Amino acid sequence: MDINAYITSGILELYVAGVLSEKENEEVYELMQKHPEVLQEVLEIEAAVVKLTAATSQRTNTHILDIVKQELKLNENTKTKVVSINKPKYNWITYTGWAASILLAVGLFWTLNQNKKLENDMRITKTHQSLLETQIETSKNSLTEANTLISVLRDDSIYKIPLAGQGSFTDTYAKVYWDKATERIFLDAEGLPEPPKGKVYQVWSLTLNPLTPTSLGTIDDFATDSNKIFEIQNTNTSEAFGITLEPKGGSATPTMEQLYTLGVVTS
Amino acid sequence: MEMEELVKKFQNKDVKAFEKLYAMYSDSMHGVIYNIVRDHNVAEEVMQDVFVKVWQKSESYSKQKGRFFTWILNIARNAAIDKTRSKSFKKVKQNLNADFFVDIIQTSESLDDKTNAIGIKAFVDKLDEKCKIVIDLLYFKGYTQSEASETLNIPIGTIKTRNRNCIKILRGLVLN
Repeated sequence: MDINAYITSGILELYVAGVLSEKENEEVYELMQKHPEVLQEVLEIEAAVVKLTAATSQRTNTHILDIVKQELKLNENTKTKVVSINKPKYNWITYTGWAASILLAVGLFWTLNQNKKLENDMRITKTHQSLLETQIETSKNSLTEANTLISVLRDDSIYKIPLAGQGSFTDTYAKVYWDKATERIFLDAEGLPEPPKGKVYQVWSLTLNPLTPTSLGTIDDFATDSNKIFEIQNTNTSEAFGITLEPKGGSATPTMEQLYTLGVVTS
Repeated sequence: MEMEELVKKFQNKDVKAFEKLYAMYSDSMHGVIYNIVRDHNVAEEVMQDVFVKVWQKSESYSKQKGRFFTWILNIARNAAIDKTRSKSFKKVKQNLNADFFVDIIQTSESLDDKTNAIGIKAFVDKLDEKCKIVIDLLYFKGYTQSEASETLNIPIGTIKTRNRNCIKILRGLVLN
């Protein structure tokens, strides 16, 4: 093959233009491998065409590559550039959001805690209040009792019977205030010692001729009563009053060895 | 051969190789595309489509079938021509692609642009009208030899030799 004639035929210009058949293209490729002058010719034709076509572009086109790479998700640099513009915004919003959430959570927690505290305080106050109410009630009761006592002590129609200590209990004493109209006595037992465990004081109404004791009942709350004044029902026509120490529950007849105090009604 | 190496790397999805090839041929492709669509926004759109396609279809290129430049030139010309046939394009731009590439170069005002720098303007000014047309049809518009022969109403063989002579003059001017 005459290589020069082949070159000057114009086929290589058409090869670069891309208008040859597939077979012709392969032929040119093979000749380029074998003949450096064919290759050189093709390179020069191509270079000239590239320059001419490039001259027709009146723009710089480098920015298009960035768009292409972004579309193909190729360039890490372009990517980070794009991200770096958006990232601060993203972070700002995220951080603000998180900060707001945390603040809200802390606020809620604080409010809940406050609420619990207040509820607790209220419970304590309520307890305290009911305690005070009880105290007031107790005081009221004491006052009523005291007033009753005063009225009894001032009443002329009330019999005052001192009960003197008997036998080995001479250092003990008691007083009975007998209101016949309302059939009750007030026993002032402050002069009696606290009864031993398992024992109670029993109050007796006595008639003297013949000597007949009638139980007025036992004083079960001796230890707990603060003023040691006991109101007792008495419907008897008593001539004397006595107090004996008896086993818990009381006895049918008084144990005379344990007679603490005794006093006769003088009219 | 350096060029073959570069293309091989590109076909193995080497981004750096892709960037190098873009630097080598992007202005050329833009010139071809702009000459067809005659609208800067549309040209840019087509450019993007072309180079996305070039990357995605890289394995379809084979050196036995032709030059790498010729391969992307074909993709660019086809994409630009497809664009001019699209409905949206026809509405706005009609009968504009009857112009040749030369008027773009000749109407270029700027003195320090790349056209002047490589002396293309001087060449185009001196270029024979027949050369302007044949180069425009074969390289810019992607006409086949027989299509060009029909359009210019001259024999196929004459297209081949005329083109050879025109490119020879071009080479003398731009490659020194």
